[in-house]
Parts: sequence; C-alpha cells; structure tokens
Amino acid sequence: MKKSLVSIGDFSKEEILKIMELAADFEANPNQRILLGKVIASLFFEPSTRTRLSFESAINRLGGRVIGFSEASNTSISKGETFHDTISIISNYCDMIVMRHYLEGAARYASEVAKVPIVNAGDGANQHPSQTLLDLYSIMKTQGTLEGLHIMMVGDLKYGRTVHSLLQAMSHFGARFTFVSPVELALPREYKEFLTEKGLQFVETQDFNKYINDVDIIYMTRVQRERFSDLMEYERVKNAYILRNSMLDNTKDNMRILHPLPRVNEIATDVDANPKAYYFQQTENGVYTRMAIITYLLGAK
Amino acid sequence: MERKLEVSAIENGTVIDHIPADALFKIINILGLENQNDLMMTFGMNFTSKSMGRKAIIKISDRFCEDHEINHIAIVAPNACVNTIRDFKVVEKRQVKVPEYIDGFIKCANPKCITNAEVIETHFKVGRDADGKITFKCRYCEKETRWDEAQLKY
Repeated sequence: MKKSLVSIGDFSKEEILKIMELAADFEANPNQRILLGKVIASLFFEPSTRTRLSFESAINRLGGRVIGFSEASNTSISKGETFHDTISIISNYCDMIVMRHYLEGAARYASEVAKVPIVNAGDGANQHPSQTLLDLYSIMKTQGTLEGLHIMMVGDLKYGRTVHSLLQAMSHFGARFTFVSPVELALPREYKEFLTEKGLQFVETQDFNKYINDVDIIYMTRVQRERFSDLMEYERVKNAYILRNSMLDNTKDNMRILHPLPRVNEIATDVDANPKAYYFQQTENGVYTRMAIITYLLGAK
Repeated sequence: MERKLEVSAIENGTVIDHIPADALFKIINILGLENQNDLMMTFGMNFTSKSMGRKAIIKISDRFCEDHEINHIAIVAPNACVNTIRDFKVVEKRQVKVPEYIDGFIKCANPKCITNAEVIETHFKVGRDADGKITFKCRYCEKETRWDEAQLKY
C-alpha cells in the first residue's frame, strides 16, 4: 500500500523512531545509491530554495533522478489546468512526488489523487512534516534521546506551524515545555488543551530569562511585525525575544539552540560562535532526514 | 367562536418537527424542496412551542428522508424530530443525531483551503469546542470551521 507523509500525525511514534534510525545510518554513510533508476518529481508551486535543494540533494545522494519545477509560472497551471489534473498526470511520470503549495490542504488532496506517495514540503501555513522530523533528529543527536526533555519554544507561538508540529511530535516522548512569547502571539488554546489531554507539563511566560537555565533545547522562531494588530505593542516587545550570547552563561551544558531558519535578528550574531548554537548543523541534518523519509516511504529501507 | 389554523394531517409522508425557526429555509434547501413542485407540502414558521419558544414545522406528502438527509438536518437543527407517516399514523419517529463525519454539504471557512480553490468535495470531522458548539475539522487544511461560520454548499 502506498504511504504518504502529509502531516506529522501520519507517522506513529515507532515510525518517527524508525526515521531517526535511518537518518543516523545515512549520516554515517551518505552515499547509498538505493534509488538508482527511480524518478522523483519535485513540484514547487510556491518557491522555496532551501527546502527544495535539501530534498533534491537527498534524492541525488540516493542515486535517484529529479524532475519538476521550482515555480509554477511556466507550467500549464498558469494556463488554467486544475491542480487535480496536474497531479494525476505527473504521478504517471514518477515514483514519488515531493511538493510545496501555497494552498492549505493541497498535499492531502494530492495524496488522494496521485498513484504515487506524496511528501508534503509545506502547504501554506498548515504542515511541513520533514522540518519537524529534522528538528527531532537534531534533538535526538544533541541530547542522545527524545525522552523526557525540557523544551523551550520562543517567539511566534500562535502562527508558527513548526512550533505546533514539533510539540505534537514531542508529545510522544513525555516532554516538558516552556512557552515564551508576547501575549498576542501566545500558543493557541487548542494546543494547550492537547498537552493537558496528553498529561504533559507546560508553563507560559513573557520573561525569556526566567527558565532559560533549566531547559535542554531552545527552539527559536521569529516575531514578525505583520502579525501584530497593534504596532505600538510590537515596538514595545520586539527586543524581548532576541537571544543574545550573554544570556547563555548559566545554561545547561547539553543545551542546544535550534531555529527552523531563516533567521532575521531574533538570534544575535554573537551567539553563532557559541558551541550551543546548533541551527546551522540542523540544516545538514535535514538532508539525512529527508533521505530517511524518502527511502522509508518507497519501501527501499 | 374561536378560530384556529389547522395544519392538516397527511396520509403518507414526512413530518419534521422541532425545527428552530431560523433553520426552516435551510432544511427546505437540504431536501431540495424548492424544486419538487409536484409534492404537497406545508411549511409552518414561528409556531409557538413550549420547549423552544418559536419553532418551524415541515409536512411533505409522499416524500421520505434518506439517512444522509437526516444527518444534514441535524447540523442545522440538532433537536429536530423526523416522523414517517403511513396511512395517517406515525410509523417511525427519528430524533436526528449529529454525525461524526460530514461529506460535501458545507464549505470550509478557511479562504486558503484547497477546497475553496478547486472543485473538490469537502470532508469534515465533527467535534465540539470548549463551549460545546459544533465544529467541523477539514480533512485537507486541518482547520476548524465554527458552527456560526459554516456555510451550506447547496
């Protein structure tokens, strides 16, 4: 049976752990030509250079070939072809589709239309599960485990899809959370209810420094100006959620800083040289994690 | 002499009772009654009701409700009662039940959802929010449409 990865909830705890194991295997031995002769379509209806290159690098390292487009303007979609027809035709040309789309739910719909597995590389503000899995792999690698960790999430917790997916995924592993955000961008009620249902502990605060020395992971996101209805409020809080090197002095030795990137100014550049900064290595982990996802869904591993 | 409007009994057909007054026209839509010109029908609006204050009622001769129609009625009139009449007698009294899943029927309230950009049948999982109001979670964009945002697709 064909299996797709559209949303992080599509993978069980066991499957997440399987991906972690495969990613570690690919990191130890990155050039395994197990997709020789396979063709994978990379369909970016919305441009995203980093995510696309990370997937295409993963496919190339596995010996597969890539077809596709990096923006929709030169395709028949611009002539008015429906998304349904585009997907059902392209699914005849390939063994798997990796896709990003600006409309929410596009990947789920594609998984119902296509004959081949779909990997969602982002559908609007909805889901981006390969990002979540690479976040998990980065946590696993730096902490040696996913179980019982204390995770601090900082910034835009209201709209940040990476935050929502990561807490959903970490809920399998008995995590504790500290949420640091301005009131306007606090974690939505439905996610707090979800954590309560799962019996997981969390605290919310506006004070970045209060719990910083207790946590194993700081997961940073960007506070964007356009998210505020009250610009005075933005001006008041914008500097409260910037991570600076001086704040890290008494943090735990095992603590690492993650960021889904791109970063703007929410992590001061003086943090980059600190060994606790992990956001650039995190992107390398993305390639191994995507190799793991692709081979797992194709049943090659 | 007291004068009273009588709503006549029907021989065979369906009586839908306990409809909130504002849901009458929605149910007419759901059952597609506006195009069924050969049926004998009575619509009552703003009748007094002990339990509901004001209610609406629908009587249709020679027309019976399918299960999926009853599910859809439940969405706009969660307490409605669908009576099947044969030979002037109520042979079945069905309390509508809000279904677990809804296919088609309503639009996703998220303007960025793929179902609002292409011709795609919608699919929702029915849930309740913290206030006990019905919500519809879209299978595609995974967003919840609240009961008061839900627009019928008819």
